[in-house]
Amino acid sequence: MRKQVSVGRTIAWVLLFILLIVTLFPFYWMLRTAFSDNTQLPGHPHSLLPVETTLGAFKRVLGLSSIEEAQAQGGSGAAVNFWLYLRNSLIVATITTVCQVFFSAMAAYAFARLRWPGRDKVFALFLAALMVPPIFTTLPNFVLIKNLGLLNSFAGIILPGAFMTPFAIFFLRQFFLGINRELEEAAMIDGAGHRRIFFGMIIPLSAAPIATLAILTYINSWNDYFWPLLVGQQENVRVLTVALGVFRSQTPQGGPDWAGLMAATLIAALPMIILFLAFAKRITNSIGFSGIK
Amino acid sequence: MTATTNAPPARKRSHGDRAAPPAKRRSLGDLKVAMIFIAPATLGFVVFYIWPTLRGAYLSFTEYSLLSAPKFNGLDNYHRMIHDSFFWNALGVTVEYVVINIGLQTVLAVGIAMLMYRLTKSITVRAIILAPYLVANVVVALVWYWMLDFQVGIVNTFLGWVGIDPVAFFGDSHWAIPTVAGINVWRHMGYTALLVFAGLQTIPAYVYEAAEVDGSTEWKTFWRITLPLLRPVLVMVLVVTMIGSFQIFDTVAVTTQGGPINATRVIYYYIYERAFTRFDFGYASAMALVLFAILAVVSLVQLRLLRARESDLA
Repeated sequence: MRKQVSVGRTIAWVLLFILLIVTLFPFYWMLRTAFSDNTQLPGHPHSLLPVETTLGAFKRVLGLSSIEEAQAQGGSGAAVNFWLYLRNSLIVATITTVCQVFFSAMAAYAFARLRWPGRDKVFALFLAALMVPPIFTTLPNFVLIKNLGLLNSFAGIILPGAFMTPFAIFFLRQFFLGINRELEEAAMIDGAGHRRIFFGMIIPLSAAPIATLAILTYINSWNDYFWPLLVGQQENVRVLTVALGVFRSQTPQGGPDWAGLMAATLIAALPMIILFLAFAKRITNSIGFSGIK
Repeated sequence: MTATTNAPPARKRSHGDRAAPPAKRRSLGDLKVAMIFIAPATLGFVVFYIWPTLRGAYLSFTEYSLLSAPKFNGLDNYHRMIHDSFFWNALGVTVEYVVINIGLQTVLAVGIAMLMYRLTKSITVRAIILAPYLVANVVVALVWYWMLDFQVGIVNTFLGWVGIDPVAFFGDSHWAIPTVAGINVWRHMGYTALLVFAGLQTIPAYVYEAAEVDGSTEWKTFWRITLPLLRPVLVMVLVVTMIGSFQIFDTVAVTTQGGPINATRVIYYYIYERAFTRFDFGYASAMALVLFAILAVVSLVQLRLLRARESDLA
């Protein structure tokens, strides 16, 4: 009996180990390919190490190598500049996160800590918006942004997400509800207004959940593809995800620039990987709560 | 700042009056302050959620090419949809995707959650399996597009070692949807597993102890105790992941773009094509409304199931 259990455990550990490999291998393969020479890749499809290790692919997608140099290493020679797309992604994700989290926190405060008629009904209406699939509102939103003349501008990409998401308000409201009311009343007696309570008490006391929400919002915004694809095609506002799609569709059918493509995906993924490494514990622990509402 | 906080409350006031019927005559409480605090969020909510929802519903009854004003055409779009074989194909492909994606993902997620639950509470393990979920769909799609390449992809190289002929994962119309579904299983299974894992931890230890005392085997315990007690969590997870799954777009957009021969033209992609390459906004809106209805029905049915089984927890 005892022996059986340990055999079962061994198998379970092996399975878990395989799972971790399956999860991590694509990341490694991206790295391995990005540092390879594209012209040499087809000859060594199963080499575990980079083939003819070179930084050429990165130079190519960052626009640092000449056309001849790029073509010699299997690039298409088309001008690409991932520095610019990286900058655009930073702008979009940062502004979206700051505005969305701040405005959502304000609203969450009103829903959690203030008493006013109709509060719960308005909150229910906000939550109901979670039911509407994005594509349904995306079409009219596109028309609106177009009519406002904001196509291919940062404002057009950022605006729809800048004010709130139902989820952000819901998430923060949960935490604000848990804050001790006596603290608030004591501050009130001392003559603090709502603004001072919000900035001086609620926000500092909720720093941890606000940070978690901000990180999740940043990641979502960074990874978003559909909306920026619709309103931000032009080079000067093109974000990384959209740029990757364009880069992929430009690769020649015959001999794709795999090394360049993987270098570009690595550039797009790396900031999120770094963010994740820095806050792995916080992000991981937030999942059980944020997913099941 | 002052501009944004000053302008919207006027709009908010009329809204608030409607939401709070005058039947109960209670004090207005913090209404004034509250209006200031919810002003920016309400502005965004009305402009980018409520208004487009209403407008989208209206557009679905119009012919609209973006160039001239929408022209009301009654139920024409819906009639057209019934006879549009591409629409039905898109629905079929989407359902196929959702079934494969959700089926595989849920089974794997429960398995992974059980493995972690029994073996380790290590945060490192949990973080690693979550990692794919934090990388953009587009990035994940492209990495697998490369790994699954017909000629030089590592997966086909590996299959070659085992003696299996190379598979055209994206080029073969039978393989394309399972491939796209599999890629997204890879991205989401860790995340889903963590949700299930959180659910597992709500099951009290004494239930397992009782089962052990009664001599229940591990297999039996899983089917008779763990799974039934997990059902509410599982249904919730299914609702959330399935709604997401119906909205598959990114992976298709950067890899197959609907092909080969319509095999991966999922409903989201078809709506996108109609709206943004043919500028057929009325028809696209009608299809989006139908998708909305389908998602609502799917969630309601699943939530019903949840209600019906709530007694299990007692």
